[in-house]
Parts: sequence; structure tokens; C-alpha cells
Amino acid sequence: MSRAGQFNKTGWLVFGLFLLIWECGSRSSANLQLYIPPISQIIGALSELIFSGLVTTHLLTTVRRFLEGYLLAAVIAVSAGVALGYFRFAHSLLEMLIEFLRPMPSVAIIPVAILLLGIGDSMIVAVTVYASLWPILVNTIDGVRRIEQTLIDTGRTFGLGRRRMLWQIVLPAASPYIVTGLRISLSIALILVTTAEMVAGSKGLGFFILDEERSLHSSNMYAGIILVAVLGYALNHLFIALERQAMQWHRGMGVRETV
Amino acid sequence: MPILEVQRLSKSYRQMGGETTVAVGNISCQVEAGEFVSFVGPSGCGKTTLLMSIAGLIAPTEGKILVKGQEVSGPPANLVLVFQEFNKSLFAWRSVLGNVLFGLDARGKKRREAEGKAKVLIELVGLKGFEKHYPWELSGGMQQRVAIARALAYEPEVLLMDEPFGSLDALTRLELEDALLRLWEELGTTILFITHDIEEAIYLSDRIWVLSRRPSEIIEELRIEFPRPRNQVTTRGQGRFMEIRNQIYKQISNESRHE
Repeated sequence: MSRAGQFNKTGWLVFGLFLLIWECGSRSSANLQLYIPPISQIIGALSELIFSGLVTTHLLTTVRRFLEGYLLAAVIAVSAGVALGYFRFAHSLLEMLIEFLRPMPSVAIIPVAILLLGIGDSMIVAVTVYASLWPILVNTIDGVRRIEQTLIDTGRTFGLGRRRMLWQIVLPAASPYIVTGLRISLSIALILVTTAEMVAGSKGLGFFILDEERSLHSSNMYAGIILVAVLGYALNHLFIALERQAMQWHRGMGVRETV
Repeated sequence: MPILEVQRLSKSYRQMGGETTVAVGNISCQVEAGEFVSFVGPSGCGKTTLLMSIAGLIAPTEGKILVKGQEVSGPPANLVLVFQEFNKSLFAWRSVLGNVLFGLDARGKKRREAEGKAKVLIELVGLKGFEKHYPWELSGGMQQRVAIARALAYEPEVLLMDEPFGSLDALTRLELEDALLRLWEELGTTILFITHDIEEAIYLSDRIWVLSRRPSEIIEELRIEFPRPRNQVTTRGQGRFMEIRNQIYKQISNESRHE
């Protein structure tokens, strides 16, 4: 990773070279162009899609589903994680179940979700919630369990009740772990939204990409892929910006910078 | 009526093997309002257990604690504990000002009023100009000053201190002893102090209780009559100071020989 704020010249050069090879390679063979159109053509298709508004509803649908699923997962997982981190007994009851479900590739749950919820919005959001839940849950449990007893005792000697103990001590003390979980889940949520849209959607970028592929509009298909990539990039950077703001205290403690 | 009264307090733990260890034997003592009193005893004599019980953070096996004649269970509202491990007790996510504000907030002070008071306290402990620093940006001695300011912000009638200077270097220690005495003289808070440093106990206190090895019991009560304000050079330089030190030292070392 380049140092923060420094312009990575060679990195951009390699990236430019990659685009150039794509462009020239594609133009050199008419056969190949059917499957991999030149990058200039894809950019053209993309701007057309954006200016005509054809892709806007798909983009907005994906963003909405992502936000619904991700935020819902965050609320559920942090609450459950705090409870399970705090109450050892509850955690010991659920530990095996969590360890069994967590490593399972979450996309495998999509058929189950379709059976239960059909192929609408709720299925896609539910699958996203399910997948994003685990990293946040496990990290929150870990973070809460690692809180120093002295910190809890400090709260008690100052006469804090349960509610204030939670908001003023437990959550901030566990927040570096919670944030780590949130960061991991960010990309997982986007993967799941797109995948679920491909499997069973009539809207959204995932659906759009697959639909364009089936209609043999390969430029549009790539344009869709680029949009998802840009969306992921933007969300990631938004997250990092928010994290820097909120976790400034923690970054300063000599913890390795995370991107 | 004494502000704090400990009646026949004992604490035993059940160990893994089922055996019980008695950490605190049978301790009774009374502290008058405005006094500075210390427990001094060898390491591992159950000093911390004793103080944690008085602070209401662990339940005694037998005996009771009375604050202003009222029996207490759980952390009493007019008593606060300063921990030895200031680095674990301070809130890393709050600035110096934020940490001190926590004490005022826990006492139910309004924000506006609190901010002014916090700044006064920060100045009193000698940290003016460091309000916006995070604890980890400060040296150990400064961190413990923050913890003391935070505790005083809670306006406790009794301040309990568990080897607060135990992990600081010798010079910082002397500095903080004087800072603490100045605060005590200014604010009139009752202080119950624990240390394994005999000279520190003599230098600071009005009265000293010498504790035996585990299970700890009071083997001696001494009244220290040196005039105040005390001085690191002249007070410690008196022959009487050394006499008392040697007397306590002999008592403690005799104790250990019996084992």
C-alpha cells in the first residue's frame, strides 16, 4: 500500500498499461471483440447508459438493497454480539451453531431464501443480512470479551447503570473490533446483493449485468461490471473516511493502518 | 461518626481444586472525614482485595462496610476507586477533557457547568494545555493525573487509591505524592490509600495500618504526626521518619519469617 496521501505514480502507470493492452488486444481481433470489446467502446456504452438514465434504477435498487441489508445486519449483529460477549453462558450455548454456520459460503443460502421468501426484494435483502451478519457478530463478541475488567470496574466505581455502561464503556471499548467486522462485511454485502440479483432479480446491477450478457450486449455487460466495481470502490472509501473520523483515537495508538 | 467503617471484613476465594484461600482475614477499621489513611503491607497480602471490597466491586465473604453509618452493598455513590493500572482504567477514546468530563457526567452534572469544572480540575492536577490530548499521548505520570482528576470530578467523599503510583518511576512518584497532598489539602476529600512502599505511606498519611501476610490482618496502627505541608526533603530527612520506617519494616519482615 502506498503511504497515505501520496500519489502512487507507478501504480497508475501499470493501471494505464493494463487498459492500453486491453484496448489494443481487443482491436487486433474481430473475433475477440465480440466477447471483450475495446475499453473505449465500453466507456462509451457506460456514459450512454448513464446519460439515458437506463441504468439509474438498477444502480439505485442495488444501493438501496445493499444499505438495507448491511445496516440491518450491523444493528442485529452488534446487539447480539454485545449480548453474547457479555453473557458467557449464552455464548457457550450458541458457539457451536455459530462456528458451523459462519464458514459456510453464504451464497449457498440463496436457494433456501428463494424457497422461503420468493424471488423479490425481501429475499435479496435477507440473504445480504445473513451473509454480512457473521463477521460483525464474531468480531463484536471478541471485542466485548477482550474488554479489560479494570475498565468495567471503573464504570462500576463511578456508579454507571447498565445502559450507560453499554454506551459509554462497552461499545466504545469494543469499537475497534466492531469496525473491523463492519469493514469485512461491507464487501460481503455487495457480493451477496449482486449475486442474489443475478440468481433471482428483475432489477439491480446484478440482474442488469446478466441480462445484458444474455442479450449479447457485451459492452453494456462490461459497463455494468464497471459500475459495480466503482460502487464497491466508493463504498469502501466512504467507509474508510468515516472510520478515520470516528476512530482517530485508535489509529493514533500505534495500531497498524488498515485499508 | 466515622465517614467509613469496616467491620470484621473477610474475603475468601474458592480455588480450582475446591480449596478455599482466605485473602483478607478479619479487618476492622474506621476512617474519619478528611483523614488521609494508608494500608501498607507486603505484595500479595490481599491489599487489592481489601480495597475492592471496600469499593463495593467484590462482595466480602463476611463483615460489612458502612459509609456514614449506612451499610452498603455494591459500589457506594460517594466513594470512588483510583486503580493502579491507569492505562487500563482511562478511556482511550476520550481526550483528557473527555475523561474528566466523564466523572462529572457520572455525578449528573450538566454539560455547561461541567466543562468549566473539568478545566479547573485539569489545571489543579497540573495538566493545563493538555485538555485535547488522548491518554496514550501522555506519560504514565500524566495519565495517572488524568485518572485522579476524573475521580475527583465525581466529587467523592472518600477517594480510594490502589497503589496508584506503583508503576511509576521514582521521581514521578515523588512529584505525584506532592500533587496528591496539595489536592487533598485543597479539597478536603477523605483518602484511603494502599501501597507497599512504607516510606510513601509515612510521607502521605495521618494514620497507617500495617497489614500482615495473607490472610491479611491489621498488625499495627500508627499515627503519623509530621506537620503539614510535608516536604520531600525535610519530612523524609527527619530521624523520626526513619525510625517509623524501620519499625514498620521489621514488623513486615518478621511477619514473612514466620511463614
